[in-house]
Amino acid sequence: MSTSPETAAGTSGHGDLNVGVKGASGSGEATASATRITPGNALRPEDIALAVSRGTAKPDEDVAEFALRLGDDALILAQRLGHWISRAPELEEDIALGNIALDQLGHARSFLSYAGGALGEDGTAKSEDDLAYFRREHEFRSAEIFEQPNGDFAVTIARQFVVSYYQFELYRRLTQSTDATLAGIAAKAVKEVDYHRDHSAQWVLRLALGTDESREKMIHAFKVIWPYVDELFRDDELTARLSASGAAAEPSSLRADFDRLTGEVLAEAELDVPKVQPAPGGGRKGLHSEHLGYILAEMQVLAREYPGASW
Amino acid sequence: MASQTLQSVPGEPTSARHEQSPEDVARRDAEGQAYFDKVMADDSRIEPRDWMPPAYRKTLLRQISQHAHSEIIGMQPEANWISRAPSLKRKAILMAKVQDEAGHGLYLYSAAETLGQPRDQMMQDLMDGKAKYSSIFNYPARTWADMGAIGWMVDGAAIANQVPLCRASFGPYGRAMVRVCKEESFHQRQGFEILLELSHGTPEQKQMAQDAVNRWYAPALMMFGPPDDDSPNSKQSMAWNIKRFSNDELRNRFVGMMMEQVKVLELTLPDKDIRFNEDTKKWEHGPLDWEEFHEVLAGRGPCNAQRLERRREAHHNGAWVREAAAAYAAKQSRKQAEKESAA
Repeated sequence: MSTSPETAAGTSGHGDLNVGVKGASGSGEATASATRITPGNALRPEDIALAVSRGTAKPDEDVAEFALRLGDDALILAQRLGHWISRAPELEEDIALGNIALDQLGHARSFLSYAGGALGEDGTAKSEDDLAYFRREHEFRSAEIFEQPNGDFAVTIARQFVVSYYQFELYRRLTQSTDATLAGIAAKAVKEVDYHRDHSAQWVLRLALGTDESREKMIHAFKVIWPYVDELFRDDELTARLSASGAAAEPSSLRADFDRLTGEVLAEAELDVPKVQPAPGGGRKGLHSEHLGYILAEMQVLAREYPGASW
Repeated sequence: MASQTLQSVPGEPTSARHEQSPEDVARRDAEGQAYFDKVMADDSRIEPRDWMPPAYRKTLLRQISQHAHSEIIGMQPEANWISRAPSLKRKAILMAKVQDEAGHGLYLYSAAETLGQPRDQMMQDLMDGKAKYSSIFNYPARTWADMGAIGWMVDGAAIANQVPLCRASFGPYGRAMVRVCKEESFHQRQGFEILLELSHGTPEQKQMAQDAVNRWYAPALMMFGPPDDDSPNSKQSMAWNIKRFSNDELRNRFVGMMMEQVKVLELTLPDKDIRFNEDTKKWEHGPLDWEEFHEVLAGRGPCNAQRLERRREAHHNGAWVREAAAAYAAKQSRKQAEKESAA
C-alpha cells in the first residue's frame, strides 16, 4: 500500500519493546509495542509530514480518504474538548480533559499530515494546516458524534465514552493495517485512547451511581448522544475496498466488541442502552449537522484572515 | 545551605495542646521559636510539621494561595485563544501550556494545604473576592500576538520572581517552585518563538507583535509589585528567607534581560527611558503608572469581573459533578467496609 515513514517499522535503531513478551500478539497493548514505537521516540506528526514531503510515505487515494475521516474525527473532537480547559468541574478535570484533547489533536495532526500526501491537485502534498484551516464545511469527513455540543459534563462524558470505546476498537485493528503509516499512527493512538476509555468509564460509574441528580443527568446524556452511535459502524464502498486490501477493518466489524465492552460498563452503572432512533448521519460524505459550521468558523478565522502567513 | 534537620521540633497536634498546661505550651513555643530562628540563621528549611510563628504561616498561606489563584485565573486569557490558534502545532503547544498552568495551580494548592487550609476554602476565598491573584491576568488577550507577549514577558517576569523562590525557607513552596520554574522557562521560550515568527512574518504580523509588546510591557513590569519604598511586607519576607531580592532589584534585572532579547526579536520596548546606569551597574526604566496598578488590584481592571465570573461559573456548574464523585466514593468505601466485615 505505501512505504513507511522513516521512523516507522522497518527502519532500525528504535528498539523493540515486544521482545520476550510471551503471547503478546493480538491485543491492542501488544501490537502497540511493535518496533515502530518506543518511549520518547514515538511517531510524531512532524515525522509523517517529513516522510510525505520526501515521498517516502505516500498514501493511495483510498487510504488518504480514510485518514482524512479519522483525522477530522479527532480534530473536531479536540476542538470541542479544548473548550473545557479552565471551565471543568475540578482542576483535575481541566487537566484530564485537556490531556484527552491534546491526544486527539496529536492523532488528528498525524492522520491529516498523512492524508495530505495524496490530496494536492497540483501534485504537491497538502499540509495538516492546509487541510484543517482551508477546507470548507462540506469537505470535512468527520462523523456527527464528534461535532455534538459539549452540553453539561455528563454529555461530554457520554460522547467521550462512546468515542473512546469506538476508537480503541478501530485503532487496535488498525495496528495490523497493511499500510505501515496507518499502523504506526494507530499503534501510538491506541495506547492513549485506552486511557480515555478508563477516564470516561470511571465517570460514567461515578455519575450514574453518585447522586439522584447526577444519575438523571447521565441517563439524559446518553439519550442525547446515542442517536449518533450507529453512523460510526456503517460500512460504505470505501471501507469495503480498504477491508479487501487489508488496510482497515470494516466499521461494522467493530460493533460486537463495542457493544460488549460498553455494555459491561453500562451494566455496572445500572444503566440501559438508550432506546433512541439512530440519526442518518452523513458526515463521511460531507453532509454535517448544523454544528460544524460554527466550529470551523471559530477554528479557521485567524488563519483565513492572514492567508499564506506563517505562524 | 546548612544541613536540613527536619522536624526536630515537631508541632504537636492541637488536641494534645489542650491537655498541656500553659507553662508547657509556653516552653514548647520558646523551643520552637529557637529552632525556627536557627533555621533562618542557617538558611535552611522549615517543613510543614515544624513549629513556625503564626505570622510566618499566615504570610506563606497568603502568598502561596495567591500564587495558585494566579495560575488558575491565568489560564483564562490563554484558553481564550485555544480554539482559534492559527496552526495545529500552535494549538497543541498552547493547550499543553494552559494545562501546565492547571498543574502548577494544583501543586501550589497542595503546598498551601500543608499549612492547614483546605483547597476548597482557598477556592471559596478567591470566588468571594477575599483572596487576590496577580493583576496581570485582568488584562485582555486581544490578538494572537498576546500569546507571544504573555509567554515572553509575563512568564518571563514570573520566572525572574520565582527562581529565587526555589530557595524559599518553606520546603513545600521551594520544591514546588523548582518544578514550576522548569515549565515556565519552556513557556517563556515558546512565547518568544511566537513573537519571533510574527516579527519575521508579514508587516501586519509584525505590527501585531509590536502592539502586543506595547500593551503588556508596563503590566509585566508591575508584576514585581510596588516600588521598594511602598512595599511594606517585603522586609519581613526577606527576614524570613521567603523573598531574596527586592521588587525593584528583580524588576531592573528583568528589564535588562528584555532589552537584550527584544533586539533579537527586532521589536522595541515602549519605554524611552530604559538605560544601564554605569554608576549603580543596574538597569533603569521609565515611570510606571502605579495608579493603574492600584485600580486593577482594587478590582477595577478591564477583566476583573469577567475572570472571577468565569471561575464562579465553572465552579457552580461543576457542583453536581463534585457531589456525585463524593457520593460515589462514599458508597464505594461503605461497600468495601461491608465486604471486609463480612470476611
